[in-house]
Amino acid sequence: MLSALSARVGHVLVPGDVFVGQAEDMLSLSGPTRKETAVCGPGLRRDGARVCVSVSGILKHKAPNVFWIQAHGKRYVPVKGECVIGIVTLKSGDVFKVDVGSSEQASLSYLSFEGATKRNRPNVQVGDLVYAQLLVANKDMEPELVCIDGAGRANGMGVFGSGGLMVKVSLGLVHRLLAPSSDLMSDLSALYPSEMVVGMNGRVWVKSSSLQQTLIICNLLQNCEHLSPEQRKVLFNRIRQGAL
Amino acid sequence: MKDTPLSNCERDFLLKAIEEKKRLDGRQTYDYRNIKITFGTDYGCCFVDLGKTRVMAQVSCELVAPKESRPNEGVLFFNIELSPMASPAFEQGRQSELSVKLNRQLERCFRNSKCIDTESLCVVSGEKVWQIRVDVHTLNHDGNLMDAATVAAITALCHFRRPDVSIQGEEITVYTPEEREPIPLSIYHMPISVSFSFFQQGTYLLVDPCEREERVMDGLLMIAMNKHREICSIQSSGGIMLLKEQVLRCSKIASVKVSEITTLIGKALENDKKARKAGEKCGFAESMSQERITTLIVDETPVEMTDVVEQADDIIKNSKAPPETPSSPVVPAPGVGQVGQGLQNSWGLEEQDSEEEEDMVVEVQPKKKIAKGDIVEISDSEEDEVVILQPEAPVKKSTAHQKGATTSKKKK
Repeated sequence: MLSALSARVGHVLVPGDVFVGQAEDMLSLSGPTRKETAVCGPGLRRDGARVCVSVSGILKHKAPNVFWIQAHGKRYVPVKGECVIGIVTLKSGDVFKVDVGSSEQASLSYLSFEGATKRNRPNVQVGDLVYAQLLVANKDMEPELVCIDGAGRANGMGVFGSGGLMVKVSLGLVHRLLAPSSDLMSDLSALYPSEMVVGMNGRVWVKSSSLQQTLIICNLLQNCEHLSPEQRKVLFNRIRQGAL
Repeated sequence: MKDTPLSNCERDFLLKAIEEKKRLDGRQTYDYRNIKITFGTDYGCCFVDLGKTRVMAQVSCELVAPKESRPNEGVLFFNIELSPMASPAFEQGRQSELSVKLNRQLERCFRNSKCIDTESLCVVSGEKVWQIRVDVHTLNHDGNLMDAATVAAITALCHFRRPDVSIQGEEITVYTPEEREPIPLSIYHMPISVSFSFFQQGTYLLVDPCEREERVMDGLLMIAMNKHREICSIQSSGGIMLLKEQVLRCSKIASVKVSEITTLIGKALENDKKARKAGEKCGFAESMSQERITTLIVDETPVEMTDVVEQADDIIKNSKAPPETPSSPVVPAPGVGQVGQGLQNSWGLEEQDSEEEEDMVVEVQPKKKIAKGDIVEISDSEEDEVVILQPEAPVKKSTAHQKGATTSKKKK
């Protein structure tokens, strides 16, 4: 399986392409057994003994055995465990309805905030931004969000303060920003002192010391989708020298 | 599907930015976004891109009976469709407020300003006139649909050609585009609308609002003008109070913008006319640049061709001789079955390859013997000629058959 996947790294794949288990995947009874597992990232799905592609994009590989599809979609499908930025649309009783960009609005209980009790309610209004984690996300139920982790701590999640601007980018750019050794992220953070929150649903919140700088960072972010690394470096250099 | 709600953080940021005279995409207060005009293959089809807002206008014509109150004037009909393709907030089929408002504005802008000479559309007074129908479809909504729609409509009307008509006494002939060149409509002037959005109770104004700016605005002022500085229509919505000086200032800005846009439309029409005359490919498919990777794109792999001939010769030398074909294969034509395979056939059999014999100069003699009667095709077509077989052919077949039978017996 690893060899089959490695052979197609860098190729454009479409939903419906499958990778079948190869002969060498069979464990031999005589020789020493060495299990090589391939880790399937976003866009690849295991279907019994096969690996199917579910998103159109380019197959990427990270040593030793991580494979994923780099796609250019904008439509978010909720996945359990991902941290997203949501907009509160409704306050009804004990539950907030939050728009996450998916087909259904997610629900967020008011008790899922750090230090929230029945008497001590969190200060959340309609129209506020929240950074929350998806607790429940499957195609049969409405998604559920929480702003605390397993131990009951906020861990960076919760309601946003005032200021800053939220922009919508494609999911591919979000994955590039959140990659561990991302050039894009380091370039952006070296530009101006700023705060950035990246939601896996394609929403990025940026706040910098001045309005102009916030606007510059947001516009750069939206344009970085279509720039190659060299073009990006040239552009960033020009900005650093004070073109804007 | 409902549109994404606007968060408080975005609203506050936008209003603060407008106070500091900054716009989201870096434009100045009075700047328009980039306008791009392209035409389709038919006359009267026009696409307009205003930044990311995209609309398409299509003009068509039909002969109808005129209105009773105006028997010698043609009919103009305008229609804007807000398709769900443009924005998740638009629902298919439902007449939303915005759609009613846009339709009304478009009609007032074009019909009341009398930009088209409707009397020239009359064919027979009181009986037959041309009805010109303009359909505007919104393809992407990123703010300021009204301006994009008016530019698209007037450009499509200028681009349109109606069929030529000739009247000889009582006879009316409508010529097809192939018979006679179609005629353009007679357009007096080109009304173009400019939209102004107001914020903070009329303190700040922006020209050509994008979608986010439209969401936070207090009110909208639409001025439709032509390049001769004649105002065709003014409409204010949102219930804001505007001062006289503000409206006058807006009209001055509008006249500047309208003259720029009119020159742009003129240039686009000129380019299209030149392209059509030169026979270049013009149209929707050509105007879109293909920005995609398809799955079958692979790097070209070089194939070594130097020793192909030697390799081919080697293969031919080393391979075995092909097996001999049976002396008399019986080939049924497609769709024909045969009962009792391999037996002597008493139907009328068609001889194959009888015509091709004349072309073959080399190896005529041996080929004739092989071809004649050996490859027999059985078909039940009634058009086949009935051919009487030579006595040798059936005898040969039977001997071959007997030989086969004896050999099998021997094996046993």
